[in-house]
Amino acid sequence: MRLTIASLKKGQRGIIKDFSVDIVPLKLLEMGCLPGNEVTLVQIAPFNDPLYLNINGSHLAIRKETASKIEIELI
Amino acid sequence: MAKHINVSLIGNPNTGKTSVFNRLTGLNQKVGNYPGITVEKKQGTSKFGRACKVHILDLPGTYSLNASSVDENVVIELLLNKKDKDFPDVAVVVADVENLKRNLLLFTQIKDLGIPAILAINMTDRMKRKAITLDVALLEEKLNTKIALISSRKNLGFDYLKELIQNYNQLSVKPSLNASSIAPAYFDRLRKAFPNQDLYKLWLVITQDVNFGTLNRNELKGVATFQTESISNLKRLQQKETVARYQFINETLKETLHIDTANAKDLRSRLDRVLTHKVWGYVIFFSILLLIFQAIFDWSSYPMDFIDSTFASFSEWAKTTLPAGDFTNLIAEGIIPGLGGIVIFIPQIAFLFLFISILEETGYMSRVVFLMDKLMRRFGLSGKSVVPLVAGTACAIPAIMATRNIENWKERLITILVTPFTTCSARLPVYLIIISLVIPDDRVLGIFSLQGLTLMFMYILGFGAAIFSAYILDKILKIRTKSFFVVEMPNYKLPLPKNVIITVIEKTKAFVFGAGKIILAISVILWVLASYGPGDFNNAEEIIQEQYASENLSEEDFAMHVDSYKLENSYIGHVGHAIEPAVRPLGYDWKIGIAIVSSFAAREVFVGTLATIYSVGSEQEETIKNRMAAEINPVLGGPLFNFASGVSLLLFYAFAMQCMSTLAIVKRETNSWKWPMWQLVVMTVIAYVVALAAYQTLK
Repeated sequence: MRLTIASLKKGQRGIIKDFSVDIVPLKLLEMGCLPGNEVTLVQIAPFNDPLYLNINGSHLAIRKETASKIEIELI
Repeated sequence: MAKHINVSLIGNPNTGKTSVFNRLTGLNQKVGNYPGITVEKKQGTSKFGRACKVHILDLPGTYSLNASSVDENVVIELLLNKKDKDFPDVAVVVADVENLKRNLLLFTQIKDLGIPAILAINMTDRMKRKAITLDVALLEEKLNTKIALISSRKNLGFDYLKELIQNYNQLSVKPSLNASSIAPAYFDRLRKAFPNQDLYKLWLVITQDVNFGTLNRNELKGVATFQTESISNLKRLQQKETVARYQFINETLKETLHIDTANAKDLRSRLDRVLTHKVWGYVIFFSILLLIFQAIFDWSSYPMDFIDSTFASFSEWAKTTLPAGDFTNLIAEGIIPGLGGIVIFIPQIAFLFLFISILEETGYMSRVVFLMDKLMRRFGLSGKSVVPLVAGTACAIPAIMATRNIENWKERLITILVTPFTTCSARLPVYLIIISLVIPDDRVLGIFSLQGLTLMFMYILGFGAAIFSAYILDKILKIRTKSFFVVEMPNYKLPLPKNVIITVIEKTKAFVFGAGKIILAISVILWVLASYGPGDFNNAEEIIQEQYASENLSEEDFAMHVDSYKLENSYIGHVGHAIEPAVRPLGYDWKIGIAIVSSFAAREVFVGTLATIYSVGSEQEETIKNRMAAEINPVLGGPLFNFASGVSLLLFYAFAMQCMSTLAIVKRETNSWKWPMWQLVVMTVIAYVVALAAYQTLK
């Protein structure tokens, strides 16, 4: 099964796999969401969206739609 | 000769850049707009010693030099245009010590442009508690720069920062990494095509999105068309660049920055657990809302009453003291009440921005956005639309100003367009008097007052109309927006009183001088239209004398009848008669028509206009109410204000765009007359149709 940030459970961690800019906005990269970085799902908003993440020390919230495009490997 | 230095403050959002700006400039700052766009331009001056004058520009917060919003575009345009009068002699890049990794991305980009840059690492007072150690000397060497460790909260390190700024010409302008390494062949071609240009600058010009802004391309003729790579390839290169920069930063920080993570367990997770909880999160948010409502409606009513009575007596004073004549009347009845109409909003606006800036400074606002985003998104809004919609119940003007932090233009525009539907405080006096006239004073189920329920229904109606029209607008507006939703969840901080106070002063000033001018102009025009008239208007005294010759009118009654006659025959009275055919199907007479026209300046004018028009000397609601209740419909007979016409009026006021100042602020925020005009027409049509339908069904 394809694992993405959206499939993380609260508190779970993963390593971001390589992805293409065509699907992930450059802005997210600039905020630290880079291949090889560690991502932790800190919190899920009520109604299951957006997701509150800690990516390599950077705390940000993104919508599930974007999160489901970023593949990860569980650790 | 005094040395003059241009400084640009640059940095990611949430690095305390504005606090640094406030520390460096004190209150010696001014806020304007960049020409042609609504991005705030904050600049200030400061004297460093006797011989050095510094001009400081606080640029909008940005994560990189790849613009994805108008705000960020401002930064790039300035940094690429050496001819701009604000072009920095030195850039001070503000970074947060806890987010150094991400903050350095922007820093390395600025270094690569060859602009002398100082790295100001902020919030260093937290280093000890967070167990962070930093090898400053090594980091300076790796980044080819000078570093100032500062704390805007504790006022630390600013003397050294000022010293660095003064000696900016000793800074190295060597790039921190070579961007051309990401695609040597491509950059080689670029170098050959434009031998005289800075390579990184060329690269930025080529990759910028051209949808917004007017990047000065003349200077770099031909660059925009230089496309030896496809757009998606360029994007891939941008990604590669970002990755390369992070690699460099990671390596640099590995040697210089140490965080003892075991020690770093913090407040954040504990507070987050409560504040974004699926039950407590909402309970806390709604309690805060309640507190804000309380402040806006209750606490600010005291200063507002004071302002109201002060201006009334000031007007009275002007009337009796100045020599009688048209000029005095203009001052006493036009200009002074007009000014009062501006000043009276100051308490509400100040309270609102006091709360908003505290919520923003603490970092709580991001949590609200996080909580509400999913709910709001169903209606084409964003989590970031919550603040304006709440603020709209006080007044649409500050609410529309508060939409500025919505980056997505479509979501922001929809928020601006629907906010005036929320029940603002100016509708309240109108609702109160009509409800008390036409809704029976009964109780439902023995406890709830029917009138109270009606009022509550009006609030729900306003909010519902906003949400519903957002939903419709989302479907029909075709706007291509590039930015998507991402919110940084900053650390929780105690708000700095100085920042809060400066924000409140700034926002209030923006309102007074921006919208204020227009409110003042409209009230003067209205006064002229109501105080002058053709023909019989000028013989009002004689005509009334003749009409009431048989009755023995007291002086006071006589004056009232004259005023009433004058208003009816003034220009605005003629307007009222002219629009009567249009308002009759809604169940109104020409007097209500006038009240509606004059309340275009501000809704609460409705009650005042009717008061004058019905010749009621005092403005006590009881008296106006009795007079209104006694009015007879000229066509149908029976009371003019009955259930049908009352409901029709309530609905008209709920939907109509009757607020000149809101239109003015929408013009300012959207920078075009298109949207306010659109709002005016659509909202008035909706109001008319709904009121018409209600009256015709109920009559």
